[in-house]
Amino acid sequence: MSKKILELKNVSKIYGSLKALADINLSVNAGDWLSIMGPSGSGKTTMINLIGCMDTPSTGSVILDGVDISKENAASLTRIRRDKIGLIFQQFHLISYLTAVENVMVAQYYHSMPDEEEAMEALEKVGLKERARHLPAQLSGGEQQRVCIARALINSPQILLGDEPTGTLDEENEGIVVDIFRRLHSEGVTIIVVTHDPEVGDVAQRKIILEHGKIVDDINQSLEKN
Amino acid sequence: MFWRMIIKTLVRQKSKMLMIAFTVILGVSLSTAMMNVMLGVGDKVNRELKVYGANITVRHKDAALMSDLYGLTEGLGVNDKFLYEEDILKLKTIFWGFNILDFAPILEGRAILSVKGRAGTAGEVSLAGTWTEKHAILSTGEELNTGLKSLRTWWEVEGEWLGEDDNNSVMVGKLLASKNKIRVGDAVTLTSNNGAVKNFIVKGIFNDGGGMDEKILMTLPAVQELMNLHGKISSIEVSALTTPDNDLARKAAQDPRSLSPDEYETWYCTAYVSAICHQIQEVIRDGVAKPVRQVAESEGTILNKTTLLMILITILSSIGSALAISNLITASVIERSQELGLLKALGAYNWQIALLVLIEVMLTGLAGGVIGYFLGIGFAQIIGQTVFGSYIEIARMVILIVAVILFFVTLLGSVPAIRYLMALKPTEVLHGK
Repeated sequence: MSKKILELKNVSKIYGSLKALADINLSVNAGDWLSIMGPSGSGKTTMINLIGCMDTPSTGSVILDGVDISKENAASLTRIRRDKIGLIFQQFHLISYLTAVENVMVAQYYHSMPDEEEAMEALEKVGLKERARHLPAQLSGGEQQRVCIARALINSPQILLGDEPTGTLDEENEGIVVDIFRRLHSEGVTIIVVTHDPEVGDVAQRKIILEHGKIVDDINQSLEKN
Repeated sequence: MFWRMIIKTLVRQKSKMLMIAFTVILGVSLSTAMMNVMLGVGDKVNRELKVYGANITVRHKDAALMSDLYGLTEGLGVNDKFLYEEDILKLKTIFWGFNILDFAPILEGRAILSVKGRAGTAGEVSLAGTWTEKHAILSTGEELNTGLKSLRTWWEVEGEWLGEDDNNSVMVGKLLASKNKIRVGDAVTLTSNNGAVKNFIVKGIFNDGGGMDEKILMTLPAVQELMNLHGKISSIEVSALTTPDNDLARKAAQDPRSLSPDEYETWYCTAYVSAICHQIQEVIRDGVAKPVRQVAESEGTILNKTTLLMILITILSSIGSALAISNLITASVIERSQELGLLKALGAYNWQIALLVLIEVMLTGLAGGVIGYFLGIGFAQIIGQTVFGSYIEIARMVILIVAVILFFVTLLGSVPAIRYLMALKPTEVLHGK
């Protein structure tokens, strides 16, 4: 049986009078590929903020690799995020004046030490070695997202966390990104992806549906596919 | 990676960084100019103020006592007390001899005035014998030019000043000349109390605007001969460059013996008017040197106010720079908030991002500071030339002061931006807000 990498226990997040998440319980095992789906305002963003150590719950516990991050301060959350989470954004968020390889090396720099060779290898894994010296503005949307994936993977995180990673991509690039996820999943990387896109959500091993801050459905798609 | 990010940021944001550098250049150049002028201006302001005449008077100790006790400036016990002419040049041998710019001996006397071609006499008048333009050679071999002409720059003279050897000419005060209808070129006769009679030609009529206007000015040897007081003088007027008084100087002025050895050394080796007076008394036999308080205090007040004005300009320019830098850095950071928030999301601590921004600003500030410093030296020289007619000596300590001011101005200017950075949440970047 796989190790439990993430566990949310009775997690609620309240903003003033708004309950963004209500008594959520969720477990994710190492190597799982989970997609989180739901309509706007269902709590997806709040959940990804909590899992990505960018926020703490109002009540309940978020246990990441055995550590209850709900009790950690901002500096500890930064350290945990840096060491355990690889983030992929819908808008890519590459630094415009750095080349593709330098964008990957930024994540290395804040984690440990920049290593250009290693960064080049990460880019090679996403098929962008030839474009390593290009600035983001010289890359297509799909290529930029692949740089973003390489940056997220460079520090060997325990969870790859994607926030609408294909949200701004065309079908072809969406396919490329999904293929990369497939390969990473086969290599044992834990992937959690928030998405609106049913095609992306459906390729995951497991899918949860959020509505009004509650998990209304938890589908093991690998069983369905079998 | 750190430096690569900094260099690329500086290049990418060059217009903003140039604005910051320009602000720093303005602030630093102004501060540098003001501080260099402030540190080098003391002597120059003092020299400018010397047009207002002597600031120290040396008299015989008994005459000074009578003046202090009874307010007497002439009469028995005053007019019959003399200093020695041979001591005058010793003034330049004191510790602060270089600060003594000009001096002139005065020998007071009284005589009966008669104007040639007019019946009767004009009555008894006051005489003042002096050096008008004296060229002297000191015992050290040093040559100097001094005299009353340098101490009375405001005099309006009709005719001419007396020369060094004009022992047969006189200058007449305007009031006295007007009362007796004396004109330049007239012949006058002076008869002293001891019966000596001598004829003189009026070479000039001067307007002092004070008590001198009722006197006759003569060369020192002429009065000495007329009064039969060879080698004697009544007083010496001295114009010296002085440092404004402080508590130590005021304490010493009361009684130098009340000072501790360290205080005494500090006081003695500082050009306080009281220290210079003290040193003058050491070389002028029976002399008591006293500051002409009004002049000395005015000089100090003007110098202090000038210094204060320059300090205020420096402070205000620093505050202005800090505010301008603050606005520019904050604007820059807000513009880059997505990038900086991303760094936080990637695992950068707040201090790492603050350091990144601070180093960028400090490097820009340093470049601006170096340019501003040299520009400031140029401004200081322009001020020196236009206001004082001479170059301002560059004080090395200004580099340190400007560096410290620049550091703190940049640091303080960065505070709002750093506060903004600290509060920046990576989630705002993650969700593209």
